[in-house]
Amino acid sequence: MALSHLASSSPSRSANLLKPLSSAISLRRPISTDTTPITVETSVPFTAHQCEAPSRTVQTNAKELATFFRDMVVMRRMEIAADSLYKAKLIRGFCHLYDGQEAVAVGMEAALTKKDCIITSYRDHCTFVARGGTLLEVFAELMGRQAGCSKGKGGSMHFYKKDSNFYGGHGIVGAQVPLGCGLAFAQKYCKDEAVTFALYGDGAANQGQLFEALNISALWDLPAILVCENNHYGMGTAEWRAAKSPAYYKRGDYAPGLKVDGMDALAVKQACAFAKEHALKNGPIILEMDTYRYHGHSMSDPGSTYRTRDEITGVRQERDPIERIRKLILSHDLSTDKELKDIEKEVRKEVDDAIAQAKENPVPEPSELFSDVYAKGLGVESFGADRKEVRATLA
Amino acid sequence: MAAIFQGVGAAAPLSSSLSNSFDSNKSVFSPRRSFSVRKRASFAVVRSDGIVNLNPNGRSAQRLVSNAVATKADGPAASSSSKPGHELLLFEALQEGLEEEMERDPRVCVMGEDVGHYGGSYKVTKGLAKRFGDLRVLDTPIAENSFTGMGIGAAMTGLRPVIEGMNMGFLLLAFNQISNNCGMLHYTSGGQFTIPVVIRGPGGVGRQLGAEHSQRLESYFQSIPGIQMVACSTPYNAKGLMKAAIRSENPVILFEHVLLYNLKERIPDEDYICNLEEAEMVRPGEHVTILTYSRMRYHVMQAAKTLVNKGYDPEVIDIRSLKPFDLHTIGNSVKKTHRVLIVEECMRTGGIGASLTAAITENFNDYLDAPIMCLSSQDVPTPYAGTLEEVTVVQPAQIVTAVEQLCQ
Repeated sequence: MALSHLASSSPSRSANLLKPLSSAISLRRPISTDTTPITVETSVPFTAHQCEAPSRTVQTNAKELATFFRDMVVMRRMEIAADSLYKAKLIRGFCHLYDGQEAVAVGMEAALTKKDCIITSYRDHCTFVARGGTLLEVFAELMGRQAGCSKGKGGSMHFYKKDSNFYGGHGIVGAQVPLGCGLAFAQKYCKDEAVTFALYGDGAANQGQLFEALNISALWDLPAILVCENNHYGMGTAEWRAAKSPAYYKRGDYAPGLKVDGMDALAVKQACAFAKEHALKNGPIILEMDTYRYHGHSMSDPGSTYRTRDEITGVRQERDPIERIRKLILSHDLSTDKELKDIEKEVRKEVDDAIAQAKENPVPEPSELFSDVYAKGLGVESFGADRKEVRATLA
Repeated sequence: MAAIFQGVGAAAPLSSSLSNSFDSNKSVFSPRRSFSVRKRASFAVVRSDGIVNLNPNGRSAQRLVSNAVATKADGPAASSSSKPGHELLLFEALQEGLEEEMERDPRVCVMGEDVGHYGGSYKVTKGLAKRFGDLRVLDTPIAENSFTGMGIGAAMTGLRPVIEGMNMGFLLLAFNQISNNCGMLHYTSGGQFTIPVVIRGPGGVGRQLGAEHSQRLESYFQSIPGIQMVACSTPYNAKGLMKAAIRSENPVILFEHVLLYNLKERIPDEDYICNLEEAEMVRPGEHVTILTYSRMRYHVMQAAKTLVNKGYDPEVIDIRSLKPFDLHTIGNSVKKTHRVLIVEECMRTGGIGASLTAAITENFNDYLDAPIMCLSSQDVPTPYAGTLEEVTVVQPAQIVTAVEQLCQ
């Protein structure tokens, strides 16, 4: 919030006068390559539990801000497009959208390397993209086509990308946290010097297996970071109705925790970098990302029966992650409004192209039904539904 | 390197003449595994690197222990030191297999309750923590859901954990992890991740352990796609299956039995594994095919003694592979005898026997002269009282009656 004051008090009048000239002469360095450090303060300070909170002051640069902006616009556009596709019945089943929460995915990625692992539950489209997934892979998987990241056999809740250490994509919430601690165990076992971020929501935060996994991780000193993406609603149940103690960052008890403004990509980046350093030395730490989802829990949930529309629009106006970065960019004079709008237009076209391409993509072959059940062929026979034909060999 | 038994000798099923020595009066020297049909003298030992070694020197006497809780080899005066191989108990065989695999592949690790410092509640992991350290033999808190999940997560990156359920029944707490993550991740990720875990533990009805510690989870897990299930019954196949399971790229659930840990047998010194998908021919015969696994194998062999005295010639097959069924071996047997009796320890409803009955009926109905008979445990929680517990499980006398009925 301090930033918006900064923007309004900056010499905007002189900037306005200068604008026509500067855009013609382009005195500024192009935003996409400028790495001059810029210092920004996060919107709110971090709240810490059992540890020293990192500083509010974050180092960034124009290039990073531009990347943040573009990536988040891609994610936002992708989720809105998925919404339309779902309503057009091209996407079926469950579709959980991430718009509003983009800053978590983008900020986290900025603090990590591809050697670090990320695992999350079913709201995974944007995290997948942040880890390097392409739009075609996303839309093809959502529409159940061959070019999807899981060959069309996983669906919205099962995105994975092994080569960039993205482990999905899980339907049963809470189960991914022990898996994530297992990833951290493997990292420690193989001496990788990398960490695992296991993401879960405020709903899943009440799963027992989380505490079991945290206990084991703390005992064995595993480089595991448990990240609670607290969007305040577990499907239709508000956090105060589900958790006796909604201070999720404190629930680790013996494990340190940090509460972060999840709508501020730079705060997320700072917290994740801090957590990575901590986990490599001292074992597990919990991060609570205070974030918000604009859509309902999934496409079958209007999202307005358990919260007011005013609340949603309020958050959109005050805390939207993309708007925050846009204001930052504009106030630091790193780009013009028009340029940013051009980026948005470009992204829109990119997303539309990917959708068109995905629509052309064929559905999986019938033989794909039986492939990838086992890792090696067994010669076991499997029948089709009529029990008479389709004797396929489970491959 | 796992599939080693195909193509050796005829296409006939493996005949392990283990059972030929059930007559305790005679000391019968019979080969453990003969790969050619019915030839006692010739046999082959297939090594883990795929090299088939025909007729290795000497062969040891196989003493079939028909009483499932026997500990001493009721052997003749022949001294054991002159024979090749070494004698050990089933839990030692498991431990040997595990130790050899841990030495061979640094990615293999063990996790479970009291597996490390305590040495394992059934001593299967005894000595391993001392040898391999705390990072490879991990004592977990009592948190099955999460440590099974952690094992699966570690497997996704390439480690090969062996997850122990102290009693198989405890793994019900980890059902979600086993079903959704272990079984399905290879498929839902489009083949990106393999989950080479081994989930093992003792199950089955013991000696008055009570209802919750006498569970047979093979019936619950059998529908999970993507996993393999095997049940060991002798020290030889325990070690072989353990090693094969660890080397398999697929998740394997290895079912051991609480009452079989102290079985003694002589096993080869050299490295060997047992094919995961293959059934074991315990006693070739002509009149009826008896399919069984785990502890019931011994009840069947005890019944077989009586049956032979009455003039029957049962063929006993230890199916070993519970998922998938070895329909090749089973089918060949059905085509020969035309009568099938299934003896299992699962409960009647929805057990392995039920699935096996369906599979045989579908595939080999034309070869059956009589409906398949299936003897299973009663559909009740296992009572504590010894007399009642005995009645819940299939006893040899019932097997004899069933065969007589079947062969009328």
